[in-house]
Amino acid sequence: MSRLIEGIFEAFRLIIILDPDLLRIVLLSLRVSGMAIIFGTLLGVPLGAFLGLKPEKKTRFFNKIIFTLMGMPPVVAGLLIYLLLSRQGPLGVLGLLYTPTAMIIAQVLLSFPIITGLTIIGVRAKGKDIIETARTLGAGTFLATWTVIKESRIAILGSIITGFGRITAEVGAVMIVGGNIAGHTRVMTTAIVLETRRGHFELAIGLGLILLLLSFVINSLLYRFQVGGGKHS
Amino acid sequence: MLHIERLTLEKGIVYGVIGPSGAGKSTLLRIINLLTPPDSGLISFHGRSVPTNGVSRLDLQQKMTMVFQKPLLFKASVRENVAYGLKARGYSRADINRRVDSLLEQVGMNHLAERRADLLSGGEAQRVAVARAVAFEPELLLLDEPTANLDPANVELIENMVIQMHRSRTMTTVLVTHNIFQARRIADQVIFLNQGQIVEMGDKNQIFYAPGDEKTRAYIEGRMVY
Repeated sequence: MSRLIEGIFEAFRLIIILDPDLLRIVLLSLRVSGMAIIFGTLLGVPLGAFLGLKPEKKTRFFNKIIFTLMGMPPVVAGLLIYLLLSRQGPLGVLGLLYTPTAMIIAQVLLSFPIITGLTIIGVRAKGKDIIETARTLGAGTFLATWTVIKESRIAILGSIITGFGRITAEVGAVMIVGGNIAGHTRVMTTAIVLETRRGHFELAIGLGLILLLLSFVINSLLYRFQVGGGKHS
Repeated sequence: MLHIERLTLEKGIVYGVIGPSGAGKSTLLRIINLLTPPDSGLISFHGRSVPTNGVSRLDLQQKMTMVFQKPLLFKASVRENVAYGLKARGYSRADINRRVDSLLEQVGMNHLAERRADLLSGGEAQRVAVARAVAFEPELLLLDEPTANLDPANVELIENMVIQMHRSRTMTTVLVTHNIFQARRIADQVIFLNQGQIVEMGDKNQIFYAPGDEKTRAYIEGRMVY
């Protein structure tokens, strides 16, 4: 118990003095997950809107695939990207394995189905009515679709925040494709695993606290959008 | 299921479509508004058949509009909602502001211009929906039970809006209503629809005071129609 308390105190000290190692890990984590969520959003929102606006019968097969991928274990995503990027893999020549780019690709693979799936659900809820209203007011296909996305923005924001929460907390995929190389591909979750194994609990606890804080911020945002969504513009 | 052999709508007339539930009144409006394609047959506008898609179809769709029984207002201000159709047609900002201000004053919603439209009461929402629909001066206005579930004050307000707008613009209006008194107050011509077929169509005085069909008479007298 005293070890835990000491660890917490030391963790706070590292956070307060902005320990360079801790800061480097946190910034890399945010950069990797931030880039991944941007690409995941760029892919997931249009695809989700497209599938959500099509009749369910026509997209049932694709929806099932997307919803299955939403629950994909991170280690499986990591394994797939590893096989693609490894020297013998089809994209091995790019030399991306054990780089932050590989980690971004793996996290895109994890976040994009979540964003797509939740966007499908959000758009489907009222998409048909919105499209019809927009059409009756003279909107063409592009404006009508854009209106649906705008009207479903709370659900879409929720999907992006959920996706971001998932990838910042995952460890399996980034561990496999990033290799947890110090100063290069070491992110919060992989560092926690390593430091715990090495018995350096203070850094592990410090990173854990930052992850918890990040999770709190993400979930507060999600809560605000979903609960207060009807009242705030 | 609708079985309509021929229906011609003349410019500048207010048509009241009456009939029991399930008669096909709303379906008729959706077909006219090109939201639901007919299984067979032809729709023409100004004597030209409606194209299945493309720019010319959009051009035609922009000449008409529809107000639903439960209007869907966008999660934006009242002003932005009324401006939507004008923006879709590429009106200038100055023109949009002028038209929106004038319409909001007409419907008594000036003071709520910046309010979130999706948070308005039923009556206010329907007034915004009607203002939004007529903002771009459509040639054809389709109203699907616009006053169902509204209190008498809002019913009167919306009816007056339709009558006034009709007087000031050369617009054709098709009003679907369960309320035969409303049809009598607003419409010039009345169409009685039953089981997907037009039973009778004609001048409102003829339909209401000297109906030619026994089913029309029964419906107007409030008896069951089979």
